[in-house]
Amino acid sequence: MGLFHNPTVEQRRTRWAWTFLALPIVFYVVVRFWPTADAFVLSFEKWNLLKPREFVGWKNYVELWNDPVFWKVFRNTFAYLLIGTPISLVLSFFVAWHLDKVRFMHGTIRALYFLPFMTSAVAMAWVWRWFYQPVPIGLFNNLLSSFGFSQIKFLASTTNALPSVLAPAIWAGLGFQIIIFMAGLRAIPGSYYEAARIDGVSGLTVLWEITLPLLKPTIVFIVVFSSIGFLRIFDQVFNMTTNDPGGPLNATKPLVLLIYQTAFASYDMGYAAAQTVVLFLILLAVSLLQLYIMRDRV
Amino acid sequence: MTKLTRRMMLGAAAATALMAAAPAHAVEIEYWQYFYQQRVDAMNILIANFEKANPDITVKMTTFPYDDYRTKVAAAIPAGEGPDVVQLFYGWLNDYVTAGLIQPLPADAFPPDQIDKDFFPMVQAMKVDGQYMALPTAVRSLALFYNKRLFAQAGITTPPTTLDELVADAKLMTKTDGAGNIIQEGLTSGMTGQDHQWMREVLFRQFGTAPYSDDRKTVTYDNEAGVAALKWYTDLQLTDKVTNSTFMDEAQAAFKAGRAGMHIDGSFRIGALQSTDGLDWGVAELPAGPTGIKSNYASYWVNAITSQAQGEKLAAAEKFMAYITSDEAMDIWLKTVGELPAKPAAALTDANKADPIYGPFVNGLAYAHATLFADETTQRTVLVDAVNRVLLEGQDPAESLDVAAKAEQAFLDKFFADQ
Repeated sequence: MGLFHNPTVEQRRTRWAWTFLALPIVFYVVVRFWPTADAFVLSFEKWNLLKPREFVGWKNYVELWNDPVFWKVFRNTFAYLLIGTPISLVLSFFVAWHLDKVRFMHGTIRALYFLPFMTSAVAMAWVWRWFYQPVPIGLFNNLLSSFGFSQIKFLASTTNALPSVLAPAIWAGLGFQIIIFMAGLRAIPGSYYEAARIDGVSGLTVLWEITLPLLKPTIVFIVVFSSIGFLRIFDQVFNMTTNDPGGPLNATKPLVLLIYQTAFASYDMGYAAAQTVVLFLILLAVSLLQLYIMRDRV
Repeated sequence: MTKLTRRMMLGAAAATALMAAAPAHAVEIEYWQYFYQQRVDAMNILIANFEKANPDITVKMTTFPYDDYRTKVAAAIPAGEGPDVVQLFYGWLNDYVTAGLIQPLPADAFPPDQIDKDFFPMVQAMKVDGQYMALPTAVRSLALFYNKRLFAQAGITTPPTTLDELVADAKLMTKTDGAGNIIQEGLTSGMTGQDHQWMREVLFRQFGTAPYSDDRKTVTYDNEAGVAALKWYTDLQLTDKVTNSTFMDEAQAAFKAGRAGMHIDGSFRIGALQSTDGLDWGVAELPAGPTGIKSNYASYWVNAITSQAQGEKLAAAEKFMAYITSDEAMDIWLKTVGELPAKPAAALTDANKADPIYGPFVNGLAYAHATLFADETTQRTVLVDAVNRVLLEGQDPAESLDVAAKAEQAFLDKFFADQ
């Protein structure tokens, strides 16, 4: 009663806080949490949008377990993660480390690295798709053949296609990671470096003993962030292989694209929901694992 | 006016006759199709004509981008928020019928035996338990597009009429650079375009096998004839070297850019080619097979009345359906969209058959097959992968086709078990 009739300052403050929080809470419950919960329910059902939903138990999961395409896609998804994350981490640190020391046109160079991150993934994927074409229209193959080398099948190959699709995705994400790394580098107090210089420590030791340990929170953030990005890769793959999405022969298909096709090409919503639940569990496991590994150093 | 004459007039499909039976006050019905400029233009003409003949009915057309269309329709109709008359791809119809979302066309206004007689036989796939569920305005078929300039350069005077001539002509027009890379294709190829339809309904049949059993539940191409067809197709790239499936990214792009001598595509490509400056092209019927068999693939979009239309709206929707499937509508559709009339009487006219562009497509309709897909995307992928295994992984065509047939059969078994 007191809360409504004669609120204390503290109660008043709480009420206001909840009032302001209500909108985002309602928003999240309606557009995030409820559909997420519904996806779990849907994964035990059969639904093609047209007929009423029908409970089928574990059928979708059993089917998933026995589906060779799912396992192929599962491997692809981890290939994107395990190739993409380390390469982008090392590259972006390397660039940030050196860019941090550059004074000449610092802002311009930084902006140039950041530019791909701001470019639409769709436009970029199409430009790279054209780069990869065979002669006479592909940039890379035209270069190769004008120097007398034989052509490389970039996208029309079951082995080269996945790295070819991954390359622009790494390139595009680089700018963001560089900015985060540079912020991390700037946050390290200069006195540590001064002390190291006075002690006459080598550059490599400085990097190994001072810079990297103090960058741990930044590295954890970037690893988690880019891992989730690579596990959810879609735009680049879909746009570079629109004629045979995720092809050739499923060589580039990630889990998200499989989910999209199951849901919006085959209209098998229950099966797509089961795949989504698996993706959710993978994302959860990878994130928790990384936080666990990095916990004591943060 | 007596009841009898009213019924007779309803029976006639002409819109002017329908006016007499119009309800006394205004009704608005909603029509949905996907956005494609020419289709929207044609439908606007049809709606204007229909409304002039039926002043009490207004038709509101709503369009959606092609990529979203199927999802929009599938989400809206079960929710009761859909249109009264809807355009659907013929391959989707089964799902809507089994879900009870569309109504059969009333037998008095759309007598099934009359439709059997008037429309191309492939339209009979729209008949369920003796009642027609939907009807097309237009149908599409495949033909061979050829580049007249490249024909002249190679000294070819007439388009090929057999598969052997097709390969021979393609060889004459293929150009390679010093390293053996194709820089001009004799024939385009690309299973992700229309080639998978060409293989399924045309090449398989021409080499001697039907793709599916008559009840479409069984895959029947996993035999010597099927392997011969797949081998013939993949040999175009591997041994005849007249094509490269990834040349210029897409088959139609290579032909449009004047870098390919011949290209197999549907009648829906006509509009895009007509607007390409500087491309001098012609159309021929698909080449006949080794034993002279002619075949073609046809597909169509149908119009159907949803279960949402009731009472006055249902009556209005039926009249609208009657008009948009009339001969007059088909003629407008042909002239505006370039799609062929769904009735032989309207399609196979002397003028159409002799038309240099529409002629080959119209003639192809006489022997065309419409595949009743369970799921076109999945079944397309099966053949796309079959070809890729041969082209990219060097697998033997017989082995590859066997894998394809087993995968497709497993999919069909699952599909029909769920029905």
